[in-house]
Amino acid sequence: MTALPVLILGARSDMGLAIAHAFAAAGHPIQLAARGSAGLETARTDLALRHGVEVTLHDFDVLDRDGFDGFLGGLPNLPEVAVSVVGYMGEQAENEQDLAQAALVMRTNYEGPAGILALLANRFEARGSGTLVGVSSVAGDRGRATNYVYGSAKAGFIAFLSGLRNRLAKKGVHVVTVLPGFVNTAMTEGLDLPEKLTAEPSEVGAAVLKAVQKGRNVIYVRRIWWLVMAIIRNIPEAVFKKLKL
Amino acid sequence: MKLTGWGRFPVVETQLRAPRDVAALQAMVTGDEPVIARGNGRSYGDSAVGTHTTLDMRHFDHMLSFDAETGVLVAEAGVLLGDVIDAFLPRGWFPMVTPGTKFVTLGGAIAADVHGKNHHVDGSFGTCVDWIDLMGPDGQIRRISRDDDADLFRHTLGGMGLTGVIVRTAIRLRPVETAWINQTTLPAPDLGTAMDLFEQHAHVPYSVAWIDCMSRGAHLGRSLVMLGDHAKRADLDAKKARTPLDAGHKGALSVPFDFPGFALNRWSVRAFNELYYRVGAWKPTKALVDWDTYFYPLDAVLKWNRIYGRRGFAQFQCVLPLDTARAGLTELLEAIAEAGAGSFLAVLKRFGPQDSAFSFPMEGYTLALDFPMKPHTLPLLDLLDAIAVTHGGRFYLAKDSRMRPDTLREADSRADEFEALREARGLKDHFASAQSERLSL
Repeated sequence: MTALPVLILGARSDMGLAIAHAFAAAGHPIQLAARGSAGLETARTDLALRHGVEVTLHDFDVLDRDGFDGFLGGLPNLPEVAVSVVGYMGEQAENEQDLAQAALVMRTNYEGPAGILALLANRFEARGSGTLVGVSSVAGDRGRATNYVYGSAKAGFIAFLSGLRNRLAKKGVHVVTVLPGFVNTAMTEGLDLPEKLTAEPSEVGAAVLKAVQKGRNVIYVRRIWWLVMAIIRNIPEAVFKKLKL
Repeated sequence: MKLTGWGRFPVVETQLRAPRDVAALQAMVTGDEPVIARGNGRSYGDSAVGTHTTLDMRHFDHMLSFDAETGVLVAEAGVLLGDVIDAFLPRGWFPMVTPGTKFVTLGGAIAADVHGKNHHVDGSFGTCVDWIDLMGPDGQIRRISRDDDADLFRHTLGGMGLTGVIVRTAIRLRPVETAWINQTTLPAPDLGTAMDLFEQHAHVPYSVAWIDCMSRGAHLGRSLVMLGDHAKRADLDAKKARTPLDAGHKGALSVPFDFPGFALNRWSVRAFNELYYRVGAWKPTKALVDWDTYFYPLDAVLKWNRIYGRRGFAQFQCVLPLDTARAGLTELLEAIAEAGAGSFLAVLKRFGPQDSAFSFPMEGYTLALDFPMKPHTLPLLDLLDAIAVTHGGRFYLAKDSRMRPDTLREADSRADEFEALREARGLKDHFASAQSERLSL
C-alpha cells in the first residue's frame, strides 16, 4: 500500500515548505495547499525531484469558509497528516485602530485554521486515524501590548487544538500543537531577532516531523522558549501590566 | 551590517539583501549601487561580500529537473552541493567535482570554479557545467554556454561573481555504484617523495596530500599522500552491499565558541602534526571510507572557523607550474617552517592541465594552508606571494582576503583581460565585491 499524503495548509510560507521537505524526506507524498497554488510549481518540482515523492498542488483560501468542503472534496485522497501553518501577523498599531484589519488577523490565525482542522478532524474521526498539526505561536501564551491581537488569535487556536486533542484522544486521531518562537522567515525578515532564540524554518520542519512520529502533544521548536514563556506566564499581572514587552 | 567570509577576515560593512524571486533580484541588480552575489559564505575572504550591497542567494534553492539517462541536473544557484548528494547519491549519482566542503552552493562552485581531489583527471567544476543562466547588468537573464556567448561563459567560470548573478545552471553528475571510497594512504618522508608518489599514481582518480609544514631539513615536506577511487559494488562486504548507496548518517559536531588566541601556537600545531603523521604512517594503508568522511572531513566539525578565534584566519593557496614546482614548494615550505607559523591544514595537490579564462587551476602543484590572523601573518603571506610569483605561480581568489593588486597583476596576465571584459560589457559598475575593489578588477 502506498503511504497516504501529508497535507500542508499555508504551503507558500517558509515554514510550510520546510515542513513539507521534512515529511517528503521521510518518504511521505505531499499535498501543498495555498492561495494561487499554481505559483508553487517550482516548489512542487523541487520537492518531487529531491525526495522522489508525489507532490500535488491545491488551491486553498483560509478566509473562504464556504469553500472548505469543496477543497477537501477536491483532494485526491484524505491525508494521513494535516498541518496548518497558516498565519498572518499584521501590524499591531494598525490592528488597534482598524477593526477590519484586526478581524483579518483574527480570522486568519484562528477562525480559518480552526475551521479547516475541524472539518478534517471529523473526517479523520470517521476513518479512525490521522494526525492534525496546528502551528500556533508562543505569542498565544500571554497577551502583550506589542502584538495582542495576533497573540489572542493564536491563543484561541491553542485552546481549540487542546480541546480537539481531548475529544479525539480515544478515537485514534492525534493532535499536535506547535509553538515556534522566532523563526527566520519572510514574515520576520528585516527584524533584529536574537540568534539563540531564532530557529531556521528547517528546524521547525524537523521538529514537526518528530512530534508527529513520536505522538507529542505540545512542542516548542526551540526548548529555550518553554523556559522563556514559563517565566513570562508567571509574572504577576500587577507587575506584568507595567512592563514593556 | 557587518559581514565576513568563512575566514572571518576582513570584516566589511555591507547591506545584506535576500531576494526571494527573479523580480526582486532584478530590482536589486539594476539599482544604483553595485552588488555581489553570495552563496553560503564559504569563500574564505572578501569575494562574496560587497562594500555596498550583498545579495544572499540562498532563497534560490530549487532543483528544477533531472535527466536520469544523462545525469544532467538543472537547479537554481543557491542549491547546496550537499543537497545534490542527499537527493541523488541514493539514485547512484555523485558530483563530478567537489571541493572540500559540501556546504557550497552551485553558484559559488561555478563562480570560484572550485577544484577537487580529481582535478588531474577530471578538471575543475566548470567541466561539468553545461550552461549557466546569468543575470546581466540590465536585469535580463541570458543562457550562456560553450556555444552561446562562450567568452562570457568562460569568464563566468572562476569569475568570482563579477560577470553577473548566476541564477540557474545545468550540471552533469557522475554515475557511481556505491557511497564508498577505496582509500590508500602512503607516507612520504619528504617533499620529493610526495611529488614522486603523485606522479606514479597519476591515473588514480582522487589524490591529495596532507603536508606537515612544521618539519624542516631532511623532513621538509613530510606528507601523507591519500589516494582514492569510487568503490564498486564488488568491493563491499555483504552487509554494506545490501545498501551500497547508503553509507549511513553521521552526526556533526559543532564548535560552540571561539577558541582563545593562545590555543593555537607553534607547539600545539607541531604536536598535532607529529601525531597526525605518526598515526597516518602507522595505520593500515588501505581502507574503505564513506563518502562524507573521505570528501568532507572538516564538515563534520561545523563552524570549525571558530577554532581560529575572533580575529579569524587567512588562507594561502597558490599553484606552481610543473617545471618550477619542486624548487618553489621547497622555498615556500622553508619560509613557513622558518616562521614557525604552520597550520593544521596544509594540503598539497597535483593539478592536471586546464585552459581557462580566469579560473585558478593550471597544470602543476597547488599548496593550501591557513594561518591564524596574528601580527606577523600578513607580512609572511606577502613573502609567500613573492616566492610564488618568482616561480610563475598564481593565486586562488576564493581563498584570498589580503593580496595586493600589483601581486595579482604580476602573477596573472589574464587579470587585465578579465578587467577589460568587465569594462566592455558594462559589468564593472554593477557587480563589485570588497575583493574586486581591493584588487581593482
